Amino acid sequence: MADNAGVDQSVPQGFDPKLIGLAQAGTDDLAAESGKMVQFVSFKVDDGEYGIDIMAVREIQGWVEVTKLPNTPEHVRGVLNLRGIIVPIFDLRCRFGNGLTEASALHVMIIVAVGHRIMGLLVDAVSDIITTNTDEIMQVPEVEARGDQKFITGLITVQDRMVALLEIEKLFDIDDLVALVSKAAG
Amino acid sequence: MLPAAHDDPFAQFKVTFFEECSELLADMEQHLGDLEAGSYENETLHAIFRAVHSIKAGAGAFSFARLVNFSHKFEYLLDELRTGKLTVEAELIETLFRGFDVLSDLIGFAQNGEVPDDAYGQGALDQISFYLNKEDASEAGEKGQTASSAGDAPDDSGAAAEPTAEAPAAAKQSLEHFRIEFTPREAMYRHANEPLLIIRELKDLGRTETTIDISRLPALNAMEPEDAYFSWVFDLWTEYGRDEIDEVFEFVVDDCDLTIVTLDHDDEVVDVEVSPGRPVGENEGFGLYVSPEDLVAGQVSASQAAEALKRQMASKIVPPETANNKQEQVEAAGTGPSAAPKASSIRVDVDRVDRLVNMVGELVITQSMLAQEVENSDIPKTDRVFTGMDELSTHIRDLQEDVMSIRMQPVKSVFSRMPRIVRDVSKKLGKKVRLVTVGEATEVDKTVIEELADPLTHMIRNSLDHGLESPEERLAAGKADEGTIRLSAEHRGGRIVIEIVDDGRGINREKVLKLAREKGVVAPDTTLSDSEVDNLIFAPGFSTADEVTDLSGRGVGMDVVLRNIQSLGGRVSVQSQPGAGTRFQLTLPLTLAVLDGMIVGVAGQKFVVPISSILETVRPPAADVQRMVDGSCLVRIRGEYVPVVPVARVFNFKGGEQDPSEGLVVLAETDGGRVVGLLVDELAGQQQVVIKSLESNYKSVRGIASATILGNGSVCLILDVDALAKMPVLMPAGKSGSKTQKAIAAQVAAE
Repeated sequence: MADNAGVDQSVPQGFDPKLIGLAQAGTDDLAAESGKMVQFVSFKVDDGEYGIDIMAVREIQGWVEVTKLPNTPEHVRGVLNLRGIIVPIFDLRCRFGNGLTEASALHVMIIVAVGHRIMGLLVDAVSDIITTNTDEIMQVPEVEARGDQKFITGLITVQDRMVALLEIEKLFDIDDLVALVSKAAG
Repeated sequence: MLPAAHDDPFAQFKVTFFEECSELLADMEQHLGDLEAGSYENETLHAIFRAVHSIKAGAGAFSFARLVNFSHKFEYLLDELRTGKLTVEAELIETLFRGFDVLSDLIGFAQNGEVPDDAYGQGALDQISFYLNKEDASEAGEKGQTASSAGDAPDDSGAAAEPTAEAPAAAKQSLEHFRIEFTPREAMYRHANEPLLIIRELKDLGRTETTIDISRLPALNAMEPEDAYFSWVFDLWTEYGRDEIDEVFEFVVDDCDLTIVTLDHDDEVVDVEVSPGRPVGENEGFGLYVSPEDLVAGQVSASQAAEALKRQMASKIVPPETANNKQEQVEAAGTGPSAAPKASSIRVDVDRVDRLVNMVGELVITQSMLAQEVENSDIPKTDRVFTGMDELSTHIRDLQEDVMSIRMQPVKSVFSRMPRIVRDVSKKLGKKVRLVTVGEATEVDKTVIEELADPLTHMIRNSLDHGLESPEERLAAGKADEGTIRLSAEHRGGRIVIEIVDDGRGINREKVLKLAREKGVVAPDTTLSDSEVDNLIFAPGFSTADEVTDLSGRGVGMDVVLRNIQSLGGRVSVQSQPGAGTRFQLTLPLTLAVLDGMIVGVAGQKFVVPISSILETVRPPAADVQRMVDGSCLVRIRGEYVPVVPVARVFNFKGGEQDPSEGLVVLAETDGGRVVGLLVDELAGQQQVVIKSLESNYKSVRGIASATILGNGSVCLILDVDALAKMPVLMPAGKSGSKTQKAIAAQVAAE
């Protein structure tokens, strides 16, 4: 199963902020530096394959029931106890505007560090770890608006598959979420 | 005015001061090291200056005169350095180190309540003065004020500025004979000084004859490697003067007994005769290495042995002059550690304690999970596993209690600031006030203590300013001219209750009500009960002082106090009796880390309601439920109507009981004193829960105060009664999905 994908299962208790800082630096450097080797964790949501910077990934675990939060946007599935830390879990499918994931034990939560926050992404499955050169990352072409487009920073091709790279900061910028939600509200 | 203290009322502060001193000294030492390593940055000097300054300030508060004097001088030197009037150079750094040694020793003396002899630290002081004088001198255009009278002493040599009057000018061509008696104390080695180097330096000055006194050398097994057992007598024939000799001993004068006498030529002969000790040649290690024959032959002169003995006895009878000596003696005598300046407490980062608390919380969860598994297994109940589980549970509970108690501190640290405030304020106001404090030892969580100081200060000031009358007014009212403020703390039902009671004039209700109406705090036509009027003083922007004094009424009033206390999960109430006084009561949780909670079930999910806010739980008969047009309802409890908050609907959860007469109504009190009924499905027990932040990884959610983790490892949300009471009731859950509801939900989320 995907929850033993072996990515940094041994997260230290308390999450060293320095490590998180490094993870951030990693994503920031992506665009600026060329010719650098980078790694992504790729996963599936519906038919799409996405990648996030491996340095941001803290651990991966199978779906368990979470505690619902009242009056939160639909894609906020609730909160999870991650060894004493309360971690919010976001439904990525729902975030892309495709409705709630019908989560089962086969679904996967990718725990990521965004700035000083720890969050979980509910996805269908984790597929791979992709090692690529920053030069290989292609620009996102201007296409018809897709639900996920505004979060995509680049595209890479892996064995004829297209993997869309996500910028987690954008995806989970809470203020942005709040703004979006209030816009939707009226 | 102060309550009578049984012991030194400042003892606690002194402990803190010495704790801080050792921290400051450690800091200082590090910075001095940096300085020596070549980091001449201003910040380093500033840091050293600040450390000395803080020590001086504290020492001044406790009247440690010697410490104040020395640190004042030292500070002055550092100031010259940091303002660039003096430049940092190697010799000066030595002086700084020496000053540091003396400073730490003086602190040691102060801590042990000893008085060092007057000459202690004089060497270092002289050295400091030398630099200061030098600076003065260079400012004055070198107007011949160099500390050293020896013309040939190089200016930057850092020569000790020992008073040179007794030393004849060094420029004499003829050899002069000095007799130097040098007895290192234990501290010398600890300050990393090496006699061998001193002897070598001495040798460079001229011809030396050295006699060693080994009478104090104990048997090998009794020998302390860091102690000094030898003493030396040097006969030195030199063309140099006294200053140069002083210079040799410059860094050790505080750590040794040193006498330097000049012998004229006649005495020289005599002296050589009376000290028949074997002269030590250059190749024989300057007396540091004693050949066995010497020991056997006992070639130590009788007079010297006697002198050594005398010295040894003196060191036993007279309190030794260094802190280190004292400490060892005390320890050797086995009189306990109380006199030793060893740290009896350590400061620990609160984060570390919190991590510990967190881990223990996890342990509790794991343990209860294990217990459940064992219970459900086929293991026979007589198996040792069960005894083991029981013991484990006891130990973990003890562990949890102990870990929690690390964060607990007596309220004394806050209470003890109040006498000062009372003194200052009453003086300013011309009132006579006696402050009585009770229950200072009551312990409460560190976070609560920290948050308590400001509101408490404000309330005390308020009582002084508004509560108590002037002496004349008091006498006219038939009271003693001296007013009393009683500050007390006690544990009551898992909370700490702090009371501030004054015997003043009480709250002037007429005035309060008039003001409140003027300021629009209450509508002009409302009638209020006495207690309601009293509580108006907590209304925002309310101040009853006729004129705004500089003490209270600076825009922050009792409303700020109320908010502060409420943010800690506490409550404030006031009772007043006109003419007899006012009583403020603060009720606070003992800790902000744990909370006694009632677990309730709502729409299939568990929530925690803080027990502190629960009044009672009822299932009202259908007849007592009053439905309102907007879908909300009231229940009648003993004749009073209480609004019901249907938690499931407010939270927009599907399902959940809608009818108060079918579910349960938990009557809870808000911080404002309002009573609301929370409609829940079931009660699932009572439990102490560890509070976890929701905001650290997400954001605050309206109606939710924080989160916790239940025994089964799942997250459980703690309800915020205040927020719930104000939340809009959404459409019945059946209509979920309607546009209006989504909009409302979104709006609520956005808030």
